Amino acid sequence: METLKKTPLHGRHIEAGAKMSPFGGFDMPIEYEGIVAEHEAVRSRAGVFDVSHMGEVLVSGPEAVRFVNYIFTNDVQTMPVGKILYGMMLHPDGGTIDDLLVYRTAEQEFLLVINAANIDKDVAWIMSHAQAFNVHAVNCSDRWAEIALQGPDAETIMMTVLGIDVSDLSFYTFKFLADGTIVSRTGYTGEDGFELYGTDARIDAMWQTLLAAGVAPCGLGCRDTLRFEAGLPLYGDELADDITPIEAGLGIFVKLDKPDFIGKDAIARQKAEGPTRKIIGLEIEGPAIARHGYEVLDADGNLVGTVTTGYRSISLGRNLAMALVEASVAAPGTELQVRVRRKVFPARVIKKRFYTPNYKK
Amino acid sequence: MNNLYYLPTHEYIRVDGNKGRIGISEYAARQLGNVVYVDMPEVDDELNAGEEFGAIESVKAASDLFAPVDGVVTAVNDALTDNPRLISENPMKQWIIEVEIADMSQLDSLLSPEAYAELCANDKH
Repeated sequence: METLKKTPLHGRHIEAGAKMSPFGGFDMPIEYEGIVAEHEAVRSRAGVFDVSHMGEVLVSGPEAVRFVNYIFTNDVQTMPVGKILYGMMLHPDGGTIDDLLVYRTAEQEFLLVINAANIDKDVAWIMSHAQAFNVHAVNCSDRWAEIALQGPDAETIMMTVLGIDVSDLSFYTFKFLADGTIVSRTGYTGEDGFELYGTDARIDAMWQTLLAAGVAPCGLGCRDTLRFEAGLPLYGDELADDITPIEAGLGIFVKLDKPDFIGKDAIARQKAEGPTRKIIGLEIEGPAIARHGYEVLDADGNLVGTVTTGYRSISLGRNLAMALVEASVAAPGTELQVRVRRKVFPARVIKKRFYTPNYKK
Repeated sequence: MNNLYYLPTHEYIRVDGNKGRIGISEYAARQLGNVVYVDMPEVDDELNAGEEFGAIESVKAASDLFAPVDGVVTAVNDALTDNPRLISENPMKQWIIEVEIADMSQLDSLLSPEAYAELCANDKH
């Protein structure tokens, strides 16, 4: 068995008695006080997450814009320095290699923030295509530590606890602090919030300062329940090598009006023809929770798809799921069923953004 | 006399005559956290030792429940239907199902409370 990687804050999690579990090749905290308490802290006040497992790749050089635009679905041509875009890297057949954030750190430089579990795959993909361009790509995943401060109180806490003025940052923008730390107004919870990238020492100091000020440390358990409620995809659940952004309902992050990029033809074709499968939201009637991999059936009991994520929603108290189903049963209001072990429960298709995010525009 | 037995998968059975009440251990309840749903069989359903008979859902995951013995379900704890959290508060009192035990000799292959406690102590990482 491969040994698990540790983030620079690993020792802090152990000290604090967090429940640890493997995620994306790292030994990560799943919960401290408990998923429900941490989830509610983020929705009502604020919480802080260690997300140092995320990978970072720095791309620079005279052809950086052209290269990033070739491997990334969103359009970086006109984005100013200090702006962030969400999008995907695709296989030629339109399947998703990863979903990622792209930070424009300079005129000819971008920071790509990728999923921990995909670091090796993504870096190999990026390097193999970089050869044809006048660019330099470096995997600096081990160099950056990262924390996410999320929740309605995040802006105030940034100011009063960390002494960082963020009033100039709008959603999906970032800036460098004097010591090189990146502060971005981004997150994965459906709340306002910030992500901080810096050296191990700097991020560790911030983590300690935030906890000393009473900010709740949060594990990946509630990170998943929070992003789920906001309808945000998790790679491995709603996105995968064989799931396209169109099927996942993320077509707005694929810019078909920009020059050639990997996967463009396949996506253009799928968009024209209409996808055969779609990620949908489901509300399940009854107490059973539809987990990843459970079968989705139509009203007659025919298999029409599988659940990708499911929870009893902590903020909404409703029994919800996201599922990948045949397009013919994807319309909101369609009556379906979910098989949970030996029993079958009625379910209805609803919009997958279950919780309305409170982003600061 | 000992009437309490455990499975390594954290189910217990408390035996009274030829009947037994099956639940989950305090250790398991602590590990699970907030229980949101207990998936139980129905009265008259048959159980087979070692096979799954239901599940406990916490916020984060579903955990299968395994039968310690062969038998037939004679009662289910309806209180858990309306309030599954009760099991987190007092798992030894809030049994899940009651069974009529088909073969009392199967109890011999289960863990004693002492052996189970030792197993939990070694489970910590």
